[in-house]
Amino acid sequence: MVIDKTKMTSLAAATSQPEMAGRSLWADARRRFARNKAAVFGVFLLLFVACFALFGGFFAQWSNEELDFSVMGQVAQIGGPSLSNGHYFGTDDLGRDLFARTVQGTQISLAVGLVGAAIAVIVGTLWGATAGYFGGRIDNYMMRTVDILIAIPYMFVLILLLVMYGRSISMLFIGVGLISWLDMSRIVRGQTLTLKGREYIEAAKAIGVPAYTIIRRHILPNLLGVVAVYATLLVPLMILTESFISFLGLGVQEPLTSLGALISEGAGTMSYGTLWQIAFPLFFFVVTLFGFFFVGDGLRDALDPKDR
Amino acid sequence: MLVYILKRLAIAVPTLLILIIASFLLMHAAPGGPFTAERELPPQVLANLNAKYGLDQPLWRQIVSYLWGIIAHFDFGPSFIYKDRTVNQIIAQGFPVTITYGSISFLVAVVVGVALGVTAAVKQNTWLDYIAVGISIGAQVLPNFVMAPILVLVFTLWLGWLPGGGWQGGQWQYLIMPVIALSTSFMASIARITRSSMLEVLTSNHIRTAKAKGLPMRRVIARHALKPAMLPVISYLGPAFVTMITGSVIVDIYFSTGGIGKAFVDSALNRDYAVMMGVTILMGTLTILFNLVVDVLYAWIDPKIRY
Repeated sequence: MVIDKTKMTSLAAATSQPEMAGRSLWADARRRFARNKAAVFGVFLLLFVACFALFGGFFAQWSNEELDFSVMGQVAQIGGPSLSNGHYFGTDDLGRDLFARTVQGTQISLAVGLVGAAIAVIVGTLWGATAGYFGGRIDNYMMRTVDILIAIPYMFVLILLLVMYGRSISMLFIGVGLISWLDMSRIVRGQTLTLKGREYIEAAKAIGVPAYTIIRRHILPNLLGVVAVYATLLVPLMILTESFISFLGLGVQEPLTSLGALISEGAGTMSYGTLWQIAFPLFFFVVTLFGFFFVGDGLRDALDPKDR
Repeated sequence: MLVYILKRLAIAVPTLLILIIASFLLMHAAPGGPFTAERELPPQVLANLNAKYGLDQPLWRQIVSYLWGIIAHFDFGPSFIYKDRTVNQIIAQGFPVTITYGSISFLVAVVVGVALGVTAAVKQNTWLDYIAVGISIGAQVLPNFVMAPILVLVFTLWLGWLPGGGWQGGQWQYLIMPVIALSTSFMASIARITRSSMLEVLTSNHIRTAKAKGLPMRRVIARHALKPAMLPVISYLGPAFVTMITGSVIVDIYFSTGGIGKAFVDSALNRDYAVMMGVTILMGTLTILFNLVVDVLYAWIDPKIRY
C-alpha cells in the first residue's frame, strides 16, 4: 500500500491551519445589536442621560436647595432659562435652580429604576430558576404565591406602605423591589423549564452534581440573555412607577426630588406661563424612557433572532 | 368549561382573603393610630374612642369582624377622619364616576389600539404602517401623568376648547381629556401587540389557504386572522386593567373628576386607614374578577387550552 503523498501533504496543511474562530452567541448578538440603528441610538441617549446625571452637578452654578432671592416672586418674568445668571434651565417656583434640581431628579429616578431592576434580577431569577428546576410541588407552591401577589393592585399597596411607614427613599426602594420581581420569576421559570430537558443537564445530574451547583453553573448562565432583555425593559417601568408616586406627592421628600416630582411641580405652575419648569424635566424623562425601550427592544432582537 | 371557571375561582377567593388580611395587618402594624393627634387626648377619651371603633379587642377578633362586615354586609366600617361618613358612603360617591370614564377609556384603548395594529400589520411597510408604529412608540413614553398636563396646556390654556377639569354629571366636554389621558399609553401597547401578532398570524398556513380559496382580504382578516391574533392582546388586558385603575388616581387628581382615586389620595395624605383599605380591597376585588373574566375569555378563544 502506497501512501498518497499529495493527500498527506494536504492533510498536514489542513491540520496545521489555525482553527476558524467560532462566533459565540454573544458575539453574534453584538453584531446584530450594532446593526440596529434604533438600539444604537438608544445607547447614545442613555449615555447622554447618564453623563448628565453624573457630571451635570459640576456645571451647576447653584445648589439644589439654594433660593435665588433676586428672582423670587417674579419667577414668571425673570426666572426663565438664562446663561447670564447661571440658571441654565431657569428656576422653579420658589426660585431654586432647576438645572441642579433636574440633575438630582434624574439621579434619583435612575437609581430607583436600576435598584428595582437589580432586585428583580436577583430575587426573580433565583425564585424562577428554583421553581422551574425542582418542579412538582415546590414549583406549584412558589408559582401560586407569585400568582396571588401579581393579582394585587400593587400601586395601592405601595402607597399604603409609603404612607404608613414614612416616605423615605429606602422605603421606595423596598416597595418597588417587592413588586418588580414577580414577572421576572415567571419568565425565568419558563426558560428554566425548557433548559431542564437538555442533555448537558442530564449529564451533570448523572455524574452526581448537586442541584445547587447545576443551577449556578449550568442554568443561570443560560438564562442571562432573557434576564438581560427583561431587566432593561424593567428599568423604565420602575422609573414610571416611581414618577407616578412622586407625581401624587407621595414619593421622595423635599429637598430630594425626582423627575416625577419635578414634572408634577411644573404641571402645577404651567398656567402661569412658566413652561420651562415642566419642559426640562419632561425632556429628560422622555429621553431616559426612550433610551431604555430602544436598547431593550434591540437586545431582544439581537439575542432572540427567531422572534422577528 | 365550568370546571375551569370553578378552578380559577378557587384561586381568586384565597387571593382576595390574603389581600384583605395583609392590608389589615399592615395597617395594624403601622406606627401611630388614627387618634394620634398633636394634642394629647385624655386616656379616658382615648379608651372610649378605641372601644367605639373596636380597637380594644384582640387582633384576630378585629380581623374576623372586619372580614365579616365586608362579606356579610359589604360594609367597610366608619371613616377614621370624617366622623359622620362611612367608608361605603365615600366609595359610593366616587365609584360611578371612575367606572364611567374608566370603561369608556378601556373601550377606546381596545378599539382604537386593535384597529391601529391591524391596519399597520395589513399595510406593513407602507406609510400607514410607519404612522401607526410612530404613534405607538411615541405614546409609550407618555403615561397618563404626562398626558394630563400636556392636554390641559394645549386644549384648555392655548386653544380654550375644553374645560380644564370638573365632572358635571359626565357631560362629553368633561369626559374627553380624562379619556384621552387614561387610554393613550394602553392604546399604544395594544396597537403594538396586535401588529406583531397579526403579522405572525398572516404568515400562517390557514391564512394562505383562505387567500388561495379566493376570499377577499377583508373577509380573510375578519373571519380567519383576527381571532387567533387577539390572543396576546387578551392576555395583556389583565395587567392593563390594573394599571388603568391606578391611572384613574391621576385623572381624578388632575382633572378634579371626583372619582374614587381622589378619595384614595386624600385618605393617604390624611392617614385615613379605613378609607385606604376600603379602596384597596375594592380595587383588588375588581382586578381579581377582571383577571378571571380574561382567563375564561382566553380559554374560550384558544382551542389549545385544555381545562
